[in-house]
Amino acid sequence: MSQAVLAITEQIDGSFKNVSFEVISAGAKIAGSLKGQLAVAVMGSDIENIAGQAAEYGAEKILVVDHDGLKDGLSDACTQAAAQLVEKTDPLVVMIGATSLGKDIAARLSARLNAPLAMDCVDVRVDGDQVVATRPMYGGKVLADVRLTGSPAIVTIRPRAIKAVVAPGAGEVEKVDINLDGTRLNLVEKHMETGKIELTEADVVVTGGRGMGGKDYGVIEALAESLGGAVGASRSAVDEGWRPVADQVGQTGKVVAPNLYVACGVSGAIQHLAGMASSRVVVAINKDPEAPIFSKCDFGIAGDLFEVVPAVTAEIEKLKD
Amino acid sequence: MEIAVLLKQVPTTESLIDIADDGVSIKTDGINWVMNPYDEMAVEEALQTRDEVGGKVTVFSLGPEKAVAVLRTALAMGADAAVRIDPEDKILDGIAVAKVIAGELKKDAFDLVIAGHRAVDDDNFQIGPAVAEIMNIPHISMVIEKNIADGKIKCTRTIEGGTIELETALPALITTQRGLNEPRYASLTGIMKAKKKPIDTRLLSETGTDPGTPMVETIAMRLPPQRQGGRMIDGDSAADKAAQLVKALREEAKII
Ligand SMILES: Cc1cc2nc3c(=O)[nH]c(=O)nc-3n(C[C@H](O)[C@H](O)[C@H](O)COP(=O)(O)OP(=O)(O)OC[C@H]3O[C@@H](n4cnc5c(N)ncnc54)[C@H](O)[C@@H]3O)c2cc1C
Ligand SMILES: Nc1ncnc2c1ncn2[C@@H]1O[C@H](COP(=O)(O)O)[C@@H](O)[C@H]1O
Repeated sequence: MSQAVLAITEQIDGSFKNVSFEVISAGAKIAGSLKGQLAVAVMGSDIENIAGQAAEYGAEKILVVDHDGLKDGLSDACTQAAAQLVEKTDPLVVMIGATSLGKDIAARLSARLNAPLAMDCVDVRVDGDQVVATRPMYGGKVLADVRLTGSPAIVTIRPRAIKAVVAPGAGEVEKVDINLDGTRLNLVEKHMETGKIELTEADVVVTGGRGMGGKDYGVIEALAESLGGAVGASRSAVDEGWRPVADQVGQTGKVVAPNLYVACGVSGAIQHLAGMASSRVVVAINKDPEAPIFSKCDFGIAGDLFEVVPAVTAEIEKLKD
Repeated sequence: MEIAVLLKQVPTTESLIDIADDGVSIKTDGINWVMNPYDEMAVEEALQTRDEVGGKVTVFSLGPEKAVAVLRTALAMGADAAVRIDPEDKILDGIAVAKVIAGELKKDAFDLVIAGHRAVDDDNFQIGPAVAEIMNIPHISMVIEKNIADGKIKCTRTIEGGTIELETALPALITTQRGLNEPRYASLTGIMKAKKKPIDTRLLSETGTDPGTPMVETIAMRLPPQRQGGRMIDGDSAADKAAQLVKALREEAKII
């Protein structure tokens, strides 16, 4: 049966990624505008027990694809599954989280189906009978509205850009068989850092730049921990070898949009600002009162980060008592 | 090993971007155009691979006449051959670009295609995997380490929260991520030599690929809201400043 929207979810460690709920919510809005049904795809292995959660955010139908070959979240198997779901549901719009896996699936799917694609969107709406998506370009220096003509319109949603809204749907579960013959990627090994909060999903990000002066991020880690946040780095800190590439925030790193971004010992280069500009509140701590970051923050403290940051951590801890 | 590298010319990342009068593109005066930083890594990786196992590196760019500059840069770094596909002023969306590039790549037998994982202008994250799909070859995105042996390629790629090591058979396409390598600078002799190397220019209308009509069209562009200068928090000591900051975050910003 033809569906208005197919929302494709993703899990990590047996739970939905937050972005999945955001994608379902965005899908529910679009399905509402199109006056059609929202189908949510849950693909993986042993995922039946969590699939029902999709209903809480508005899934009318939940398509459960349980297959051993989807266990590791490899892009070719997932693309193959997604293509078969599209064929089955014939949606007008396909929505996917703009994660590293989601972007791979979306790009291959659009080529396979010869369908329009808007990547990494922060908003999506229906205008007349067309889908219009808003997406950052030039590392977030510009916001562009793009119109997608053709079907299905494929839209990937940037994590944290759209709010997940609880709005129960019928959530009728249907198991779907798919064929994964001919996939070509083989998993050798997965190395996951356990317990680490992913930068792009974090509510709070505390970043240390070249002002850290070395590998010891103790004061940054302590503040991040007391706020339940993640640790970021400027490119200079990554180039110095103090932090892994995965921690880099900026135009050639990750784009983050936490509620609170604390930049410590970061000067505020345009490439860095590009990666954090959509944070809700930005705090800058820098010993140079003239540092450009102070003109792009909400609250600034001029001072030595090694004194100020521990003091801030102590204040936060006081609140908890 | 026959290696193809995909190059895009983009504004430098330092560029201040403003919107042109048409409202759907950016002002280009005063912009410095360079090779997409991820594509520099792609060229570097191709050169290192060629120097290890032998073969040839061919760089491709679909772009106007001025895109020749990035092809010359790649030749100066050490690439063997360069192809520019001239779009003849046609507006192409991501899928169209992928179709045209894949069409040209299929004309030769490449064992390995390397692209950037994104271009820092449109931030599409699309062309690499889309080209691989159209060529019907596997791809691995955001590679930070790679090994080639016995007709197979093994790569470590970044994912959220960690890395994953994957293996597939050649021919394959990979996209680059920071950490893969440090791109070399072109040497002076390299630059001199590159000036004399020919660039194979192909007109879109003669490629035999129909890019189709654009399915993705920019209808408006705007600048995101800019943060104004922040409020500086004064105080006698670090502890005093910290207390005021936390109070402001709690009472004014209401985020903690
Ligand atoms: C192609 C390209 C892509 C790039 N992409 C990115 C990117 O994605 N992300 C990114 O971040 N950068 C990127 N950059 C680099 C960018 O241009 C800047 O060089 C970089 O952001 C500077 O990092 P920083 O602020 O940590 O260091 P610096 O500019 O050196 O600033 C350090 C700051 O720390 C302050 N400081 C020093 N000691 C202390 C102390 N004890 N207490 C408090 N403050 C102190 C100093 O006053 C200074 O303001 C890119 C550059 C290029 C060319
Ligand atoms: N016009 C183009 N010509 C050649 N390669 C391109 C072009 N556009 C994109 N690419 C390649 O595809 C990568 C990803 O670009 P994008 O999908 O536009 O973000 C780039 O890093 C290049 O390697």
